[in-house]
Amino acid sequence: MTPTDNMPQATGHILVDHLRVRFGSKAAAVEAVSDVSMEVKPGEFISIIGPSGCGKSTLLNVVAGFVQPSEGTVSMDGKPTDKPGADRGMVFQQYSLFPWLTVRKNVEFGLKQKGLTANRREEAARTLLGLAGLLSFENHYPDQLSGGMKQRVGIVRALATSPQVLLMDEPFGALDAQTRVVMQQILTNMWQRFRISVLFITHDIDESIFLSDRVYVMTARPGRVKAEIPIPLPRPRTPDMALSPEYLQIKQQLRELITEESLKAMGGELKDSGLAGFDVDVGPKGVAELV
Amino acid sequence: MRSATSLNIVADPAADAAEGPNLALAPKPGVLPQASLAPAQSAEMPAKRVAAWLRGALPKLLMTTLSLGMFIAFWYFATKYKLDFYIRFNNIPSPGEVWENAAYLAQSDKFYNNMYVSLRRILIGFGIATVLGVALGLLIGQYRLARGLLFPLFETLRPIPAIAWVPMAIMLWPTNETSIVFITFLGSFFPILLNTIHGVNSVDPVLLRAARCLGTSEFGLLRQVVLPASLPHIFTGLAIGMGVAWVSLIAAEMISGQFGIGYFTWEAYSLIEYADIAIGMIVIGVLGLLCSGAIRIMGNMLMPWMAGPNHGGQK
Repeated sequence: MTPTDNMPQATGHILVDHLRVRFGSKAAAVEAVSDVSMEVKPGEFISIIGPSGCGKSTLLNVVAGFVQPSEGTVSMDGKPTDKPGADRGMVFQQYSLFPWLTVRKNVEFGLKQKGLTANRREEAARTLLGLAGLLSFENHYPDQLSGGMKQRVGIVRALATSPQVLLMDEPFGALDAQTRVVMQQILTNMWQRFRISVLFITHDIDESIFLSDRVYVMTARPGRVKAEIPIPLPRPRTPDMALSPEYLQIKQQLRELITEESLKAMGGELKDSGLAGFDVDVGPKGVAELV
Repeated sequence: MRSATSLNIVADPAADAAEGPNLALAPKPGVLPQASLAPAQSAEMPAKRVAAWLRGALPKLLMTTLSLGMFIAFWYFATKYKLDFYIRFNNIPSPGEVWENAAYLAQSDKFYNNMYVSLRRILIGFGIATVLGVALGLLIGQYRLARGLLFPLFETLRPIPAIAWVPMAIMLWPTNETSIVFITFLGSFFPILLNTIHGVNSVDPVLLRAARCLGTSEFGLLRQVVLPASLPHIFTGLAIGMGVAWVSLIAAEMISGQFGIGYFTWEAYSLIEYADIAIGMIVIGVLGLLCSGAIRIMGNMLMPWMAGPNHGGQK
């Protein structure tokens, strides 16, 4: 790995070193992540892409501090990420706003934990909400917002505590295609403005290309790093770039890598969680026979 | 933040704002689905709601009047003609007698004192049950240790109806008053406890994870996430608990009381003041209704987010 060059900010440096994560007791342990090493340099936007069940969420949860490594280490700025903390902001796929708090109070939540006074919290939350174009909704409850707006508030809330890194677990997975594109632009803007490292999980190839500096492709379970693809497209990126030959070439490359793994993942699922394991014969009528 | 090199938004939000308009971040009008929440729509809501309420309420009001009217008419005729058809109306006071006695009692300080004493017992017993039930429910729901130590005990005691505790309570507590309050407390404690535990168990785990990522302490998690997230269930428990509290209170007052509306009702029977029995019953019903209403109002005040269209309002 190359040493970090002179970035304006020397924090938010994530190192994943020979990480293995196993779930379950020794005999029946399932390996979710297998010998993964990767790096997020300060200020970098990194995506992890792979078939479902490849352990990419598990990997993110180790960085977040929710899951402990079975082997290997994960550290941020030299410290192991053994428990969750406000230095790593997280945005979840499911909407995770507190329904009993207004939009502004949601954003203030992390600041309150840090002991900021009500005035400072409000000031900071309003500034951030203004940047995200949400100021007029500050007194709304989450249930009054659209899905895209909820996720924007989620991002703003995660940014409010000034984390060194933003961990995002398929944050736009539940949104419709158009909202998704807008959200990607908003996120890119936020990222450039705040110069923060981002570790972004997705299964959407276009999303990973549009957003990232580098993309890690993971294998089917147990998850390994299959490839590391740099995205040298210039910034700011625009949706039109999706038609450039350079973009298409990257996309083709990623698509081939992922299709291969997806097929493997499906085959694997059929083999190990499916029919053979339960010792049943599937006759000519197929699954219908089992039901 | 611990690190000085991190984003400066918290340290100096004004500087960030002054940096100039970052228009790219502002939503493009029409692109984002904000239109669905235009302010005009929310302004229209009250007028629409009132109209809809009227349309729904008028027939309902008529039917309510009719329903109660039929009951009173039956009561009137049954007592007038001393109906004796397995159930006997020989000694039952007529609506007129009840009304007369009520007018008389409305002047009586003693009667008001009985109401006051019952309400005070409810307030104290139910209040203690709320504090203990919610606090223990949060602990049992959230922590395995608390669950392991306390839950078996409560599960053993729970099937014993509060009224079955009356003789024991009289021996346990120094005064009659405290034993009645204890019975009232017992009646409401278990519904509140169980619903709180249920509420804690149904908190969306992603909210807990989100809070942890925002730097919440263990106690902060309980107070700022688990408690508010469980509030809807807690209030279900409070509503049920209030009902059981009244059941237990009236039974306890009838058995061992010296004052209170349950005592008043039983005393009326002993003194052959049959009209007063009906008055006692009606007052008990009305007080119970008022207490449940108070719970509901409190719930609406504490959970404004539940009033949204997605929740269909608080019932």
